[in-house]
Amino acid sequence: MNSMMRERLRVAHYLIAENPINLVAFGLFAFLLLAAIIGPVVAPHSPLATDTSIALQPPSVAHWFGTDQLGRDVFSRVLVATRLDLFIAFSAVILSCIVGSTIGAVIGYFGGWLDATVSRCVDVLMAFPLFVLAMAVVAALGNTVMNVVYATAVINLPFYIRLARAEINVRRSLGYVEAARVGGSGDFRILSVILLPNALSPIVVQASVNLGWAVLNAAGLSFLGLGVRAPTPEWGIMVAEGAHFIASGQWWIVFFPACALMITVFSFNLLGDVVRDILDPRLRT
Amino acid sequence: MKRVLWRLLGAIPTLFGVILATFLLTRVLPGDPAVFFAGNPSMDAHAIEQVRQSLGLDKSLLQQFVIYLHALAHGDLGQSISTGLPVRQELLNRLPASAELTLCAFLLAIVTAVPLGVIAALRPGSLIDQLCRLISTLGVSLPTFVTGLMLIYVFYYLLGAAPEPIGRLDPFMTTPPKVTGFLLIDTLLNGDYDAFVASAKQLILPALTMALFALAPLARMTRASMLNVLSSDFIRTARANGLSWRTTVITYAFRNAMLPVVTTLGMTFSYMLGANVLVEQVFAWPGIGAFALNSLISLDYAPLQGFMLIMAAIFLMVNLVTDLVYAIIDPRAEFEK
Amino acid sequence: MKHLEISGQAEPVASAPPLLSINELSVRFRTRSGIVNALDRVTFEVRPGEIVGVVGESGSGKSVTAFAVMGILDAAASITGGSIHFEGRDVLGMNRRERDMWRGSEASIIFQNPRVALNPIRKVGQQIADVLARHSPASPSAIRQSVLDALRQVRLPDPEKRQSAYPTELSGGQCQRVGIAMALACSPRLLIADEPTTGLDVTTQAVIMELIRDLARSRQLGTVFITHDLALAAQYCDRVVVMHAGHVVETAAVSELFSAARHPYTAKLLRSVPSLVDRLEELQAIEGSLPDLRRVDLPFCRFAERCERRISLCDSAPLSLAPIGPNHCVACRNPL
Repeated sequence: MNSMMRERLRVAHYLIAENPINLVAFGLFAFLLLAAIIGPVVAPHSPLATDTSIALQPPSVAHWFGTDQLGRDVFSRVLVATRLDLFIAFSAVILSCIVGSTIGAVIGYFGGWLDATVSRCVDVLMAFPLFVLAMAVVAALGNTVMNVVYATAVINLPFYIRLARAEINVRRSLGYVEAARVGGSGDFRILSVILLPNALSPIVVQASVNLGWAVLNAAGLSFLGLGVRAPTPEWGIMVAEGAHFIASGQWWIVFFPACALMITVFSFNLLGDVVRDILDPRLRT
Repeated sequence: MKRVLWRLLGAIPTLFGVILATFLLTRVLPGDPAVFFAGNPSMDAHAIEQVRQSLGLDKSLLQQFVIYLHALAHGDLGQSISTGLPVRQELLNRLPASAELTLCAFLLAIVTAVPLGVIAALRPGSLIDQLCRLISTLGVSLPTFVTGLMLIYVFYYLLGAAPEPIGRLDPFMTTPPKVTGFLLIDTLLNGDYDAFVASAKQLILPALTMALFALAPLARMTRASMLNVLSSDFIRTARANGLSWRTTVITYAFRNAMLPVVTTLGMTFSYMLGANVLVEQVFAWPGIGAFALNSLISLDYAPLQGFMLIMAAIFLMVNLVTDLVYAIIDPRAEFEK
Repeated sequence: MKHLEISGQAEPVASAPPLLSINELSVRFRTRSGIVNALDRVTFEVRPGEIVGVVGESGSGKSVTAFAVMGILDAAASITGGSIHFEGRDVLGMNRRERDMWRGSEASIIFQNPRVALNPIRKVGQQIADVLARHSPASPSAIRQSVLDALRQVRLPDPEKRQSAYPTELSGGQCQRVGIAMALACSPRLLIADEPTTGLDVTTQAVIMELIRDLARSRQLGTVFITHDLALAAQYCDRVVVMHAGHVVETAAVSELFSAARHPYTAKLLRSVPSLVDRLEELQAIEGSLPDLRRVDLPFCRFAERCERRISLCDSAPLSLAPIGPNHCVACRNPL
């Protein structure tokens, strides 16, 4: 394990050195985390403070990103929204990753009717266009932030279930598993200690690739008015609010949160590629 | 042929699961379903009770499900409160709008992505290759609604080239009599060339938005698949036999490379069905996505249920067709059981 | 030395001008970890009607040489020196069109892993027809006839049915027959067989080799048979070219090579193959491994670092093949 870690670190170093874009990815990611953590503290104005006398002003020295229709400082709102958007994406991915991988590992290991039933359920889940499904889940559960997290987690579940199931399936009849079983290890122990860690690699790759998509999904839901409610600063909602003004030329209300979204998704995607290159270069496209 | 039947049979349990899922959905949604299905929110308690009985909401869940299945078999998807019309009629009215948009976007995406990916693979390192890779990377990072808004800003506000994004047809134009529901076709059938141009103009930006969304994964997959095939042994054999560039690249390489792309087409279509809702929202496009969203917001759940059902059914059908097309193109598929 | 079934022609057709003449061919590959000097001044000839075996360990450059002749080297490869002549014509100097008309019709190649060398979604008969249509256009019915003839020539049973089969439906041996049929469809004068039986089971190996040899003799094909299997080379070739790490180290008639090898590497090679050694105790592995061809400080003789007969002369100047007997050349300063 030690030499493998060293090999991976060497590959990581090579990847970063080879392509400067990868460095940009890491840099952006670090910057986003920073913004999420200290954003609310360092924001120049309160994201909720309204002042209709200065509404719809273009970017200026006082307000770097301009003001929106209620006179709120767009820059502060974009900055503070980082925390919420990142929280939603990370929670959703971690949740679906853990729950999905567990389910997938269990059904992949035990097989039989359990596998058949759950797989059919997954098929049904996947029969709905994913975003439509997310809409339905939020509709069913109600318009809150946590429900957006759950909705995003639910639509990502099938990927992890199938992935974990396939990985465990391939490995469960391998020699060292048989040996462990003969040696008296129980199923749970075999699953958690022996099988799952080996299958971790593709799962982590999938998770890192999922992050960008989770942000897009959450933003899409908010754009439609589902989940996050005004006046909470969140990039999707801000774009939705600004959409009314773009046809009349007030571009900044949409532009800056949109940029924040794009940069976030872009850096997550890049990061996902780097993680994938480190852990499993075979998956490169 | 046997594979076709087998595949069709395999889809049935999933379809059943979908119907079950949409049924459970309305039972999970907050509120009293009787009120929703009554179609008229100002009904008095007695009338609502009647609806409750007719819908069988006082019966067990299983019995309700049977009633639901029975209604479905007769094409009854319930009533919409907000419009007062049967859901089925509303959805059918609006389906052509979404279909026209999605199909045009899909065609646009394929016609752009496939050549781009192929040329990028044939000329690695060239400008086209860089462009292809850039589009693939950026495309997946761009939210659809952002693309739509950006296009509106540039082409409508800045350049004035596109018309105001307020729907399918300029209100000053006459809507042609409905034959297919596709404005592009109906206007031509009606001989109304101006309306044809006008509806095409309204269609461009939303179709472009959706096409851009599908462009990235398609271009990426085409390029990757083509690169993979070009480095395979049988292409080397073709070159060693002196086969012409056209035969080697088009007949041998391209056809093989398209196999994974066909699979991706199915997936991409699914994503587009989801993106539909967002694009219709941005461009005020009167399709089923916008309708479903409005219903959802006004707590009108019967249309939402019907919408989910239709979406799932369309997606299942598209997957089936994709699998069948793949099986027809790839003779190996028969031997991998 | 075991009694080998050596069935090479007794007298090589020495007077005929060479069919294929490779002279001082050098090939380099650009890779992420450096430049690989894959071939260094490779030289040998093939005369019409003779079967020349090219033997050597994996990585000795046998396939690279073949691919260089057929013009199917990887994009990362570049020919840095030497020439290839076919019936006196400069192959490397041909333009794209001439090259495409030449290969497949005047010179052909068959590969190892025959199934993956065929287009998986195209019927095998159609693939042969593609080659025929390219080089000798004719009416579809005439081409169809030629395809059937080609399949009969390679002794494929039931050609009418087989020609509409896909490669996945055929066995490895059948795929290789199709490959041979495709290669010989336009009656070339040179056939290169790059490890054609690797990956096939032993019985099929023998059958395919017999087929290749019979076809080569009956059509007077100049054949290059590339293999790492010395016993096969002994059985089917007239002459043998021994390669090591991108160098040709020895060329001789097959009987001469196997009874009186003069290069230390060849001798070691012969002693390391079980089927060529009388008693197992005599089996000897070759110490060390192939030199890393990315090194910039490669010695003039690439076998020197593993050789017991190394002398100071070995490091003095680049080596070339020099005649050491009738029809026997060796590239060594201190031959056996």
